[in-house]
Parts: sequence; C-alpha cells; structure tokens
Amino acid sequence: MADPVLHLEGLRKRYGSADTEYEVLHGIDLRLERGEFAALIGPSGSGKSTLLNLIGLLDRPSAGRLVIDGAETATLDDTALTRLRGERIGFVFQHHHLIPAFSAEENVAMPLLIARGRPDAAMFERAGELLGRVGLADRRRQLANRLSGGQQQRVAIARALAMSPALVLADEPTGNLDTHSADEVFALLREVNRQLGTSFLIVTHDPRLAHRCDRIIELVDGRIVSDRPTEVAAGRSPVEGSAEETE
Amino acid sequence: MKSWMPFEWIAALRFLQEGRMQSLLIIVGVGVGVAVIVFMSALLSGLQANLVRRTLSSQAHIVLLPAEEVARPQVAGEGALNRVQKQAQRLRSIDQWQQLRARLEGWPEIAAVSPVASGPAFAVRGDASKAVTLLGIEPAGYNRVVDLAGRLAAGALRVGAGETVIGIELAKDLGAEVGDKLRLTGAEGQAETLTVTGLFDLGNKGVNARNVYVGLRTGQTLLDLVGGVSNIDLALHDLDEAEDVAQRIAAESGLIADSWIRTNAQFVTALTSQRVSSDVIRFFIALSVSFGIASVLVVSVVQRSKEIGILRAMGATQAQMRRIFLLQGGIVGFLGSLLGSALAWSFLMLWRMLARNPDGTPLFDIGVEPALVAIAAGGASVVGILAALLPARRAARLDPVVAIRG
Repeated sequence: MADPVLHLEGLRKRYGSADTEYEVLHGIDLRLERGEFAALIGPSGSGKSTLLNLIGLLDRPSAGRLVIDGAETATLDDTALTRLRGERIGFVFQHHHLIPAFSAEENVAMPLLIARGRPDAAMFERAGELLGRVGLADRRRQLANRLSGGQQQRVAIARALAMSPALVLADEPTGNLDTHSADEVFALLREVNRQLGTSFLIVTHDPRLAHRCDRIIELVDGRIVSDRPTEVAAGRSPVEGSAEETE
Repeated sequence: MKSWMPFEWIAALRFLQEGRMQSLLIIVGVGVGVAVIVFMSALLSGLQANLVRRTLSSQAHIVLLPAEEVARPQVAGEGALNRVQKQAQRLRSIDQWQQLRARLEGWPEIAAVSPVASGPAFAVRGDASKAVTLLGIEPAGYNRVVDLAGRLAAGALRVGAGETVIGIELAKDLGAEVGDKLRLTGAEGQAETLTVTGLFDLGNKGVNARNVYVGLRTGQTLLDLVGGVSNIDLALHDLDEAEDVAQRIAAESGLIADSWIRTNAQFVTALTSQRVSSDVIRFFIALSVSFGIASVLVVSVVQRSKEIGILRAMGATQAQMRRIFLLQGGIVGFLGSLLGSALAWSFLMLWRMLARNPDGTPLFDIGVEPALVAIAAGGASVVGILAALLPARRAARLDPVVAIRG
C-alpha cells in the first residue's frame, strides 16, 4: 500500500519557557490513509487547533515525527515547509478567510499564483472549473467580500483544492453558517472526497457532522482517547442528525 | 489581473488599491515632500547659476599677471641690513606673452585667451574728469571672455584707432553719448582724443562707471606698454575647474594666476554654505517623508495580518511577503515623486509669473530639468523601499497561526 497521507508518531507540543512550560499535546500517534474522510472532535482546549496547526505545517512540533504525503518534515527549513504546505495541503478555515481585495476567481487561483509566481491562462481555467464544481460559476468575477457566507466558504473550498492537495484540513468549516448552508458545504466536501479521492481532516464541534464522516478521532487533554470508524464507513448511509454511536 | 505581473506586484498593487484613502494620503504626502525638494533644487540652482553668471559677466575666469617684483638685499648674513623695504609694483608687461598665448590656446580646458593692456587713466570731457580703468583689448578674443558685445546698451563694439566703448554710468557722469568725443590721459602723460562708439551695461555699477575699452594698440600707447600686455584673461569650459587650472598655469609659467574662485572667495563661500544648508533641509524632508511611508505601512501590516497569514498558509514564503511590502513602499515613493514633480513644475510656473524684474522680464531663468525629475523619482522610490524595510520584516515574520486566529 502507498504511504499514508499523514503519519504522526509521538507528536508533542510544548509552550512557554523552562520553568513555566506546559504541554498541550502529549504524544499523538495517528495515521490517515489516502481518501479518508475523518472528523477530529474534542472539547475546547483539548488541543485540536494546535494539532491542526502542526499538521498544516503552520507550527513546529516540540518532539515526535510528522510525515506528510511521504515527506519527513523535521529536517525542512521554513521555505521548504512553506512549499510543502502550498503543494500538498489545502486549508478551509472557520471564517472563510478569503482575501477581500481579490475576486472569487483570483482567490481560488491564489495558491497557483503563489507557487508559479506569475498568472497564466491555465490557472484561471482551473479556478473557473473549481468554482463550477462548488456551484459558483456565475460569481467568478465578484469581489470576495460581496458574496454571502455560504458562498464565501464554497470559494474557500475551491481554493483549498486549487493545487490538488493530498490532504485538506478544515477547521470548523461550517461553524459560521446556518444549518442549510452548513449541510450544503459539508455535502460539497464529501463529494470532493469521493470524486477526487482527497483526504480530509475536519475539526468540528457538531456531532451531527462528525457522524457523517468515515472516522471520528476524539482528542481530550492533548491525548487521543478514541479513534473509531462510523456507520458511514461500514457502508450504511447516515441518518440525518440521528447517527448511532458504534461503540 | 495583468498577465505579465509577478505575484508580488499584483498583491502589492491590490493592497494599495484596496486601502485607497490611506494610499492616496501618503502619496500626496510624499508628493508634497518631493515637490518642495524639486522646487528648492531648481530654484537654488537657477539662483546660483544666475548669481555666478552676473558675477562673471564682467570678469575673466582666470587672470594672469606678471610675477611681483621683489627687492632682494645684496648682502646677506651677519651684520647685514635685515629690514628690506617692499618695492612698489609698477605697470609691467608679461614676458613673451605671444608665445604664452599660443601655448595656452592649445590647452583643452581653456575656451578663450585674451591679452589685455590695462591700467589707470583719466577720462576728461569738458569740465568733467573721471579716474577710470583703461582696458586695451582685441575685441574678438575679449568677447569670448566677457560678453561685451552682448551687453551693449547703445552703439556698436568698435575699438579701432581713435575709438572707445564706455559704460553707461561713466557716460552719464561725463554727459557723453555715442558719437561724442572724450580725452583719455595715461599715468605717464600720454593722451589721446577718442570717439565714443558704444555704451555697455555689464550689470555692475562700479564696472559701468570705471571701465573704458579701447583697442589693444591704443591701450599700449596710453599706458606706455608698447608691444606689451599687463594681463591675459582666460575663459574656461568648466567654471569649477578654474582654481585647479590657475594653479597649473602658475606653476608652469611663473606668473600670478588668479581664478575667479579666489578673487570672489566670500561669494563662493556663500554659495557653498547655501548649498550645504539646502542639502540639510532636503535630507530632513526625505527623512520625514520616509517616516510617513513607514508609519502607513506599519499600520497596513497590522490591518492585513489576517490576509498575510492566509497567504502564508497558501504557500507564500517569508521572502514573498517581504517583497510585497517593499514594493508597496517603492510604488508609493515612485507615484509620490511623479505627483511631486508635477507640483514643483506648477510652483515654478507660478514663480516665473510672479517673480519679475520691474521691466517685466523674468527675475532669473529657472526650469525643472528632466534629470532632476528622474533623480527625484529614483530617489523617492529608493526612500520608499528603505522606509518599507521595517514593516516588510514585520510582515514576513508574522506567525501565520497567530495571524489567522487574530
């Protein structure tokens, strides 16, 4: 079998200096295979965001191994990490985080533009195609801050897919949306996962959404306390809002 | 999105475009600074060029004089007279001036060589008698040293036998006009009656009242310098080289060589200190402009920290972020300098309209040189980039985690 898309071994994160040091993550071991669609849940302060930042190469672990799509990250310098992040990882944030000065299309093309240095026609073709996929083909030229919340989040998803990343990290992607938009956005993520085989790791507070993923990883006080497949993974179609616990 | 622009340029321009009010204010700020600098520079160089031109309108760049005669005691040493009286200097000719002239005409730095026989004389007309400086010249050569022909107020520059050209002040004092006669008497008693053929105005009252131009021959006769010249006047291609060239001539010929820089030492010092003080003012304007740019960009980094974080998350490197903000500084500086040059140009037009001589001619000639605008544009861009160094570093060092969360 191919390398896992994500492989963590004994990952630790400590903050503060010698005498006031405290550890947020106490040795995380985790494997995420290609095409997996996993939820990361846990109470506030359990270390979910810290873990996501480490996996997203936005922050460095204090100890342990972090392998992204077959690449060891411990020895990479900042520029190499940035490049790896740009190429292999897509981000979807809770607050869409589009760049308001640019249009929907330009926001989607942005990772390609950053990677290639200069704009080209292929880039915008790809952006248009991705916007079509998320159902916003007619909003290509609209400035990002003129779109509704749900639309902005869909643009953000299109942007996360621009570089055809191996892994998309989504931090509360629907946390800011009403139920209807949230369902739409979630369905879109699922669809991308099934059609393109992109792996997803989704941080969520919403048990309803978590149960529509393939796998639920639960983090409490910096440790993984449970890691189990859901009914969806077992092949049964999820029942909206009433998925049973499988333990 | 223009297809030829690199990512950093696109982002820098969009950020400036989005913060429209901020960008506009700082560009105007830079523009005013640049305008003052350009205006001041143009005004100052115009003023100084004008002052130098006026000063040199009646002067040669270098004047060569015979070496002073020195009295030497015949007996030296113990018991000898130890007080030597200084010798009075009499009017003498430069030795072998024809050869010297031919040699100097070969120097590339020298534009014109004009032998002059000059000395004291009296101008008499009727009851009026004036002490004057008599200058015997070769008009063709002399004109290239002092533009006499161009400064004639009346008549023509003709100094043949029996002809003279005098200043307008002297003409007034003597009540003479073109065509009138006057009598010139040299120190040794030689006298000649001459016809006034022209009146000059060299812009200097003293010169206009004192100088009397005659032909070289006439001058030599009146001053008892037959065949000789008392000094050689030189014009150079480059004014600033005068002192240097003068010293070389003095070393080579043994003559006294006075450059205009030496004879007008106080004037030159005044010009220099004027230039220095304007440099100081310009430096501080540039400094305050750069602080303005820096402060706007620092605020912009704070305002855009979230966007910086997102760009970093999407793969933008620290170097790319740094360049985006350096470019913003450079662009603000460049646009400000264009605005500033346009402003300076309008100031100068206004100045030209307002600052006039009583007769309506411009007080002096100033203009914005293209080179000055190019220097201002280049300089302001560099200042903008320098001012952006600190903000750009902050942008590059921003922790994306903190930036995105904040």
